[in-house]
Amino acid sequence: MEFKDYYAVLGLERTVAQDEIKRAYRKLARKYHPDVSQEPEAEARFKEVAEAYEALKDVEKRAAYDDVANRYQHGQEFRPPPGWNSGFEFSGGDFDESVDFNRSDFFESLFGHPTAGARGRGQRAGSDHHAKVLIDLQDAYRGGRRGISLRVPRIDANGQATIEARHLEVNIPKGIRDGQHLRLAGQGGPGQGDGPAGDLYLEIAFAPHPVFRVDGRDVYLDLPVAPWEAALGTGVTVQTPDGSVQLTVPPGSSPGRKLRLKGRGLPGVPPGDLYAVLSIRLPPADTPTAQDAYRRMAEAFGDFHPRGTLEA
Amino acid sequence: MNTINRTATPCVIVEEEVQFTLIELSRACRTEIDQVVELVMEGVLTPSGEDAEHWQFRGATLRRARRALRLARDLELNAASTALVLDLLDEIDALRSRLRRLGGD
Repeated sequence: MEFKDYYAVLGLERTVAQDEIKRAYRKLARKYHPDVSQEPEAEARFKEVAEAYEALKDVEKRAAYDDVANRYQHGQEFRPPPGWNSGFEFSGGDFDESVDFNRSDFFESLFGHPTAGARGRGQRAGSDHHAKVLIDLQDAYRGGRRGISLRVPRIDANGQATIEARHLEVNIPKGIRDGQHLRLAGQGGPGQGDGPAGDLYLEIAFAPHPVFRVDGRDVYLDLPVAPWEAALGTGVTVQTPDGSVQLTVPPGSSPGRKLRLKGRGLPGVPPGDLYAVLSIRLPPADTPTAQDAYRRMAEAFGDFHPRGTLEA
Repeated sequence: MNTINRTATPCVIVEEEVQFTLIELSRACRTEIDQVVELVMEGVLTPSGEDAEHWQFRGATLRRARRALRLARDLELNAASTALVLDLLDEIDALRSRLRRLGGD
């Protein structure tokens, strides 16, 4: 595993005062938090930043990390020193169990796994788990069986945590929308004693599609037409996520006109609509013939004033 | 160990078929009840029902509550700031969805 330079991740020198660490974290967290950020790779960056902060915000953990950091550089192969785990005792098992992400192997080799096992005996319901699942728009149109792989932390009888691969088959309901959640009862964390297992929540996200944009149940696509098609009207064949349909472009259509295909959006009660948004492509004037055609058009439309009142 | 299930695991769409009590929502958000109550008090979440014992949250609340709790935890915000951020994010969502309809993104 690689050594991680947590100071570099936060853009700090190793000698900084403790409150600088908090300041640097907060600034980066605002920039990269997946709920607010539009930065590319925001989620991955935020995880790094959050992990670095978790290691450095606590004075004891920071001291332990510094001790290791003095011997390594970022990206260097890291081997935990022998007896490492027994060398430090951290006051408080202050792992935030609500944190959704997995910390890196490097972090866990230093500070250990969160152990939920020590939280008392007896009957206790298992915790609810969450995972995100990326599906294609077509899957939402048709519904159907989908295999899902999850990495699940498991606590064994000795209170040790390990990561297990788990495979589930789920029937994606027809008409599911981006951002909705599926609840799989009893598929979350196991209960203690006779306590019931928790539930598993799957957050559905649509993979970006090169042609279709989705807004709730409605689906949009850009439909480019030639100027004469927009002016005179035409019939076109349009690919929808659910097969192709015939569509009439009415004469006298302007760019931005939305042609609605009722009920061709995501299925449901009521189903969404599919909108083809017209855009007009101009043929290039890159041959004498094409230039002549534009000149003839200019003559034919001598009364046409595209800038209207701008030139009054 | 891999667990292979050949039959599909039953599931429901939370936003359409589920209502949460306060306890259920707290569990689903993996948080303490007090934190969810605080979000209700700040007007971030709006359950139906007279008092906390009878509160019912719509399924769509799960997404909103988790977002609020993540922001509060990761950006170290208090409930009032969280409420403001969520309102602004709602507005951004509405603008983005308008952009999508226009094909502007």
